[in-house]
Amino acid sequence: MTGTEQQPIVRLSAVDKVFGRGGQPATTALQGIDLEIRRGEFVSLIGPSGCGKSTLLRVIGDLVPATRGDVVVNGKPAAMARRDRDYGIVFQAPVLFEWRSVEDNVKLPLEILGRPPAERAKRAREMLQLVELADFTRHYPYQLSGGMQQRVAIARALSIEPALLLMDEPFGALDEMTRERMNSEVLRIWERTGTTIVFVTHSIPEAVFLSSRVVVMSARPGRITKVIDIDLPRPRDLETRESRRYFELVTDVREALRAGGGLEGDDADGGAGGGIASEERTLAEGAVG
Amino acid sequence: MSGAAAGAGAGAGVVVAAGGGAAGRWRQRVRYYAPAVIVFVGAIVAWELIVSALNLQKFILPKPTAIVAALNENLTSSRFNLLASAQATLVEALGGLAIGTVAGVAVAFATARWATARGVLLPLAIAANAVPIIAFAPILNNWFGLENPLSKMVMAAVLVFFPVMANVTRGLVQVDPAALELMRASAATEWQVLRKVRIPNALPYFFTAMKLATTLSLIGAIVAEYFGGASLVLGRVIVQSSSALRFDVTWAAILLAAATGIVFYLAIVAIERIVIPWHASMRATEGT
Repeated sequence: MTGTEQQPIVRLSAVDKVFGRGGQPATTALQGIDLEIRRGEFVSLIGPSGCGKSTLLRVIGDLVPATRGDVVVNGKPAAMARRDRDYGIVFQAPVLFEWRSVEDNVKLPLEILGRPPAERAKRAREMLQLVELADFTRHYPYQLSGGMQQRVAIARALSIEPALLLMDEPFGALDEMTRERMNSEVLRIWERTGTTIVFVTHSIPEAVFLSSRVVVMSARPGRITKVIDIDLPRPRDLETRESRRYFELVTDVREALRAGGGLEGDDADGGAGGGIASEERTLAEGAVG
Repeated sequence: MSGAAAGAGAGAGVVVAAGGGAAGRWRQRVRYYAPAVIVFVGAIVAWELIVSALNLQKFILPKPTAIVAALNENLTSSRFNLLASAQATLVEALGGLAIGTVAGVAVAFATARWATARGVLLPLAIAANAVPIIAFAPILNNWFGLENPLSKMVMAAVLVFFPVMANVTRGLVQVDPAALELMRASAATEWQVLRKVRIPNALPYFFTAMKLATTLSLIGAIVAEYFGGASLVLGRVIVQSSSALRFDVTWAAILLAAATGIVFYLAIVAIERIVIPWHASMRATEGT
């Protein structure tokens, strides 16, 4: 057992991803990706739009196959890990089924697994308690706000108790206030469940606030340019966002993005630039409170 | 119409079932339908008055009161026997609806499942749909027997088939790609994807098709009857009464056909409300 505990939950070696083969001009989305993620870590992938961070997440989840290189998840090839339901996934959109109640949406992965109804009901109840939506089990998705819908998606992803949780810009569509609340929420869930989280974002403050490590990527082709350890103490709260160390790390990440070309050109406004603006807003709020 | 109510609800973030109670809902409903009812009644009254005022001949346009009287007189007695005719036509339409729906849904599943089937069947179906199928009614009568209700059912079924097949195929195929990605991430089987994503996704499309199909099945049955068949069916009554210049009876038969069509349609709407209460179209009509 100790062997499994020590072994990284995700190991990528020399991974390339090339899109558009067969006649079309090929686009190299990922090039020479080497990355190890340890069990229990919270790792963010950050970079400008088009740097392949979402593709990297999908390679880990075997939703798109790697063109070259090795992808090992939970000690097995990524395809096998997917078939064994070793991970849960949360997308930018909640992707809830409108014909299912909140509770039934959370039960979906358990149904697919063929778990007995009593267990499904119990797990769904626990997960909805975890994301603090226990009062909304009978509601339908359209009756919930965007933030609540995303919490249902998180509960659904965690219902099978995955060793790994993949999150693809899960709060990108939410307003800043909701996003900060969701950040604290996701940290609380991470601490409670001990799940490893791989989190794609283009918000610098979000990446720094949440992560144990921030993986900085650059575009065309998508490469890892730097990995920054985030040594902020836990548990993290509003004070974390106002600490000196936090600002230093935000600066580090921003400089790493700039060095990789992430803060230049048109990508910067939509991507990392938005992160900086939101961070300044956070500062202003901190000063008032 | 429901925009204000729906907008307010969405704005609140969490929509708790809007209050107001049953009495308020009824008042809302009356206010919504009142203009349509007033216009309808007004048109009937105007019809009656204009026919009287212009002294129009009965065979050109009978008065609404005359039509109702004819309906009353010929409902069960007389050679036209409207009620029995309407029943016979309804059976033909229902039979055609059932056959056409089952066939349309079956072919939709095949086209959705196999890309090759889609490549062959969809263009054919679209081409066939451009043909005025109703023109085949005499041929179907010939094939399945003039007196046999099956010939009318087949006509209705052919008309019903195309919208059902096209809509259900679309519903099965046009699924949110993110939902498919989610199912793949959960290592769902093809069968699970079909049952848990594609079929629920296709249900609103199916009901849209069924609302069209109810009308089409009646049209198919009645028009096929025009070309001959058992005498106690609405299509025959319409043909025979008009050639006998009994236009009041013709109108009464049309009235019955219209009423049957409306009841048919409302039945589908009622089933739809029970089966897909979650769908946006159901939510939109909720407050109105």
